[in-house]
Amino acid sequence: MSTLSSVITVLGVLAGVCFFVAGTVGLLRFPDPLSRLHALTKADNLGLGLIVLGLMPQAEWPLGPVRLLVVWLAAILSSAVASQLVGGAIRRSSGSAGE
Amino acid sequence: MTLAFDLCLMLLLVALAVWTVMVRDTMSAVTGLMGCGVLLALAWMRLAAPDVALTEAAIGAGLSGLLLIRAAAYEHATEVAEQAPRGTRPGPLATVSVVALCVGVAGLLVFAVLRLPIPAPSLAPQAVEHLEATGLGNAVTAVLFSYRSLDTLLEKAVVVLGLVGIWSIAPDARWKAPVRVAVVDEGPMSLLGRVLPPFGIVLGILLAWNGADDVGGAFPGGTVIAAMWLLALTAGAVRAPSATSGGLRAAVAVGPLVFLAVGVAGFWLADTFLALPPGATAKAWVIVVEVGLTVSIAATMTMLVAGPPGGGATG
Repeated sequence: MSTLSSVITVLGVLAGVCFFVAGTVGLLRFPDPLSRLHALTKADNLGLGLIVLGLMPQAEWPLGPVRLLVVWLAAILSSAVASQLVGGAIRRSSGSAGE
Repeated sequence: MTLAFDLCLMLLLVALAVWTVMVRDTMSAVTGLMGCGVLLALAWMRLAAPDVALTEAAIGAGLSGLLLIRAAAYEHATEVAEQAPRGTRPGPLATVSVVALCVGVAGLLVFAVLRLPIPAPSLAPQAVEHLEATGLGNAVTAVLFSYRSLDTLLEKAVVVLGLVGIWSIAPDARWKAPVRVAVVDEGPMSLLGRVLPPFGIVLGILLAWNGADDVGGAFPGGTVIAAMWLLALTAGAVRAPSATSGGLRAAVAVGPLVFLAVGVAGFWLADTFLALPPGATAKAWVIVVEVGLTVSIAATMTMLVAGPPGGGATG
């Protein structure tokens, strides 16, 4: 059981880190603001989600995993709203030719 | 493994701090400062000081950052035009003396820190030793309310004075207008401003309530509630109050007033000003003060960020 949870943790966190690295590279290298936003949200949503998934078996049952899940949900909510607002601002400032 | 993490954290913190000072653009500097606040909160967590970490994250990174962003956004338009032309920039002599002064101060600090005896002098054992007499489980709260309560009282009074200062720059004509928060009338913001506050307010109350025995306290709790109020205001979900509203003023003043009243009651309850009777009753008094302070901090912080009534002189 503990081997299984360790395997889940290692796989989940590694996959999450991959998304964070890819998101960061995208943030630094992508040419325009909207694509950079796209890269950033992948790190926020998928990366953090996978890390949370990986950490869940290590957390103290039953409230620990729930707490981690709530952290992820809060991050998703705020990052979704923030990127929508930033996207809207980019669209307006570039005269609706944001792409 | 934790050493590697700590080293990374320290390097990042120093690098970001240097960048924040060096960067020319005000908005970038403010962003850097907020990043520093988050990293500092992490550093406090690594030093096993969750109360300080919470306050740093809520006030250092969140609230101060928000205030500075507003100021930077206002200054941004005039900033570029007012960049000093070449001729008026400080000469080499001024530059060298400023650098020498900075290096000197930093050197003295390093000298002072290195001269500290090992182990460093600490009042922590005494603070923990008498924790039982205060009836509190959280040593930080005990220091704030039982050992150093005069400091805490004055600190809260200063925050209210800050708000009075901000309100006093409102032009007479707009004094009765509601405080002006920029309403973002967009779908996502409306959603966030309606979905998050119920959870956030519960979290804020929990933080304030937990302060007596566990991590939390009136300052982080009140700040979280203030953030929720600002969110609802920005989403246009609640009406902005006016600075002349009696309810708002009562909310701003209740914390320091309750604190002062309990302090004066100390003459009869114990033996002197701000003294509390030992044991479980002390905890009850601390909770009364904490509840008042949480209300005050929530109201004051919201109004600090919202700015002067009617948008003030900035139009």
